[in-house]
Amino acid sequence: MYRAHVLVCGGTGCTSSHSPEIIDALNEELKAKGLENEVQVVRTGCFGLCSNGPIMIVYPEGCFYSQVKVEDVPEIVEEHLLKGRIVKRLLYSETLTQEEIKPLNQTNFYKKQRRVALRNCGVIDPENIEEYIAVDGYQALAKCLTELTPEDVIKIVSDSGLRGRGGGGFPTGRKWSFTAANKADQKYVVCNADEGDPGAFMDRSVLEGDPHCIIEAMAICGYATGATEGYVYVRAEYPIAVKRLEKAIEDAKAYGLLGKNIFDSGFDFDLHVRLGAGAFVCGEETALMTSIEGNRGEPRPRPPYPAVSGLFAKPTTENNVETFANIPQIVLNGPEFFNTIGTETSKGTKVFALGGKINNTGLVEIPMGTTLREIVEDIGGGIPNGRKFKAAQTGGPSGGCIPEKFLDTPMDYDSLLKIGAMVGSGGLIIMDDTSCMVDIAKFFLKFTVDESCGKCTPCRVGTRRLLEILEKITDGKGTMEDLDTMEALCYYIKDNSLCGLGQTAPNPVLSSYRHFKEEYIAHVRDKKCPAGVCKNLVQITIDPEKCKGCSACSRKCPVGAISGKIKEPFVIDQSKCIKCGVCIETCRFDAISRK
Amino acid sequence: MKSVEELLAIKNKVKGQMNVRSENGEDNIRVLVGMATCGIAAGARPVLNALVEEVAKRNLSNVYIAQTGCIGVCQYEPIVEIVEPGKEKVTYCKMTPEKAIRVVTDHIVNGKPVAEYTIGAVAK
Ligand SMILES: Cc1cc2nc3c(=O)[nH]c(=O)nc-3n(C[C@H](O)[C@H](O)[C@H](O)COP(=O)(O)O)c2cc1C
Ligand code: SF4
Ligand code: SF4
Ligand code: SF4
Ligand code: FES
Repeated sequence: MYRAHVLVCGGTGCTSSHSPEIIDALNEELKAKGLENEVQVVRTGCFGLCSNGPIMIVYPEGCFYSQVKVEDVPEIVEEHLLKGRIVKRLLYSETLTQEEIKPLNQTNFYKKQRRVALRNCGVIDPENIEEYIAVDGYQALAKCLTELTPEDVIKIVSDSGLRGRGGGGFPTGRKWSFTAANKADQKYVVCNADEGDPGAFMDRSVLEGDPHCIIEAMAICGYATGATEGYVYVRAEYPIAVKRLEKAIEDAKAYGLLGKNIFDSGFDFDLHVRLGAGAFVCGEETALMTSIEGNRGEPRPRPPYPAVSGLFAKPTTENNVETFANIPQIVLNGPEFFNTIGTETSKGTKVFALGGKINNTGLVEIPMGTTLREIVEDIGGGIPNGRKFKAAQTGGPSGGCIPEKFLDTPMDYDSLLKIGAMVGSGGLIIMDDTSCMVDIAKFFLKFTVDESCGKCTPCRVGTRRLLEILEKITDGKGTMEDLDTMEALCYYIKDNSLCGLGQTAPNPVLSSYRHFKEEYIAHVRDKKCPAGVCKNLVQITIDPEKCKGCSACSRKCPVGAISGKIKEPFVIDQSKCIKCGVCIETCRFDAISRK
Repeated sequence: MKSVEELLAIKNKVKGQMNVRSENGEDNIRVLVGMATCGIAAGARPVLNALVEEVAKRNLSNVYIAQTGCIGVCQYEPIVEIVEPGKEKVTYCKMTPEKAIRVVTDHIVNGKPVAEYTIGAVAK
């Protein structure tokens, strides 16, 4: 029996900032002090506050230590674990109040969150199946197999209002009922853990922090749809997730929670892991299944839909990791538990990977319908360096941007669609006034051009042409006609591409053009980049009034573009300058600026 | 796994061990053990561990055991304080693991403070 538990984050973020070394040091130090039988060290999944990692939480006090270093470990053991004195300097600053230690769930970052899909992340040891069982794990599966018919299960999922979290937002219960309705000798369940949206990492975190809940959910789906086999398709760049998932599958088999005749119900279910090489298009459901079959991951035309002819041409249900992560809670607590959270048409919660120009980057799970303003200002803690919010990009390369005037838009499927953005898979990138919207659109388009599989022409050639137009604009060579061509090309690609990649690729361009038309026009007509980002449209100049002629800048310039006489104003040779900005940082007199 | 009972048996076993991790609620009973240098020297650690064991054994999920620093009456260490919502704090002193177990059974479970271990009685 342990009197204290030390939870250390073992998510990818904290692992890369040395949490494994911290765990080793803790174990050693505890042993040296003879505390190894009194204090338990637990490696958990992501807490969400990755930017403050490595994260450690010590119970029973519930002290939340952030940015812990290996060198801090002896002090934590000696002071806190041995003598009961909290190490105040390591406390996450907001939890340190005058009278007492504020619990984590009352901090701004966590207060407005509601954890359903992430409920066990940072709470249990993902490699210990018994800890998952202790927090009601596998009880939903037991309930299905011993009390409910497959039809009952589908009804519960349908009534919950859960919609797919992989980007499409298709009602999950309805998807399951399609597969269930098709008769076949073999059916499959597939979990999409390809997570291709750059900047998104919620699926990784679920697999790292709570792999058993995905196993349980897939088995439930198998029971409901009549499938006895499942595949999890994970990108190979997620080694920690893969390792924990494989361990979890092994343990589930050993405990008889996967395999034959589970809970003596006659139901069999087996699970396999397949690694994806990380091509974005392999996240598209038909390409993903082609890839599992051992072929090159290219999309195939739909219909036939997977529910009719999916993996190995058998009826298949394919869902996203986060979609599955909600299932055990819904089955266990009933549809009302879920459909009382959220808005009219968007039930439950959604996990977002908050990134970009925001103080608290990390994973946040919020009730659907929370406004963007609440996410940015309350949970995210605002924009760093006193800068101004400009826009947020949701849905990554398939998504769109939300400008400042829509900060109060509720984050749900329909409200976001109405303003030309989308919930997407959950990437949420915040941009401030130093971001150029044309440049951002160009960035995402470059990504899709690289990732296009080349199977169909509108996408393969169309996106490339579109990128060329954007490059022309950011180079200052665009014309007003280019803007019209750009828009027409966007719609052409959308309407004629074979798969979702091409169909959504123009979205970042269209939505930024819709909300920031004047910024595009400034690039084309005035040859100016208002945000000062597009290198060919900005000039770095020295203000002769402010320049003291100290020569510091000219010595730092990597291309020797600055010259002048000491004590007289220096000048920049615009034909040589590569706009690196080094001189701006160098000048102590604030004489150099970017315009 | 052949039955739901098996599953629940594991759940109940491990759940008790994980109670330590729950955020402490308003209506929890708090047990504070003085663990400054003086407390440790006087044998506070075995007392603390006995309390943890006993509380876990009885699956008392509303009891929160924590360490605190020195409360300034070092000659009476090891000291254990029981803080119940809406009641006056009870301070036990010169504790041993055996006394600690009785405090759990009599005071925490049955609501009857053990008068002879309290600081008032011992100090006389
Ligand atoms: C280019 C492309 C990439 C996609 N990438 C993913 C992905 O990484 N993860 C995911 O779950 N769905 C992805 N999808 C959506 C899937 O095709 C599918 O709709 C989804 O996984 C269905 O699960 P859901 O109903 O639970 O959302 C992608 C779609 C397209 C067109
Ligand atoms: S739209 Fe693009 S990614 Fe999809 S099939 Fe066509 S070329 Fe491939
Ligand atoms: S921006 Fe860079 S290249 Fe241009 S003048 Fe300054 S230091 Fe030189
Ligand atoms: S560093 Fe500033 S003050 Fe010095 S020469 Fe350059 S511009 Fe002038
Ligand atoms: S990885 Fe540690 S908090 Fe996210």
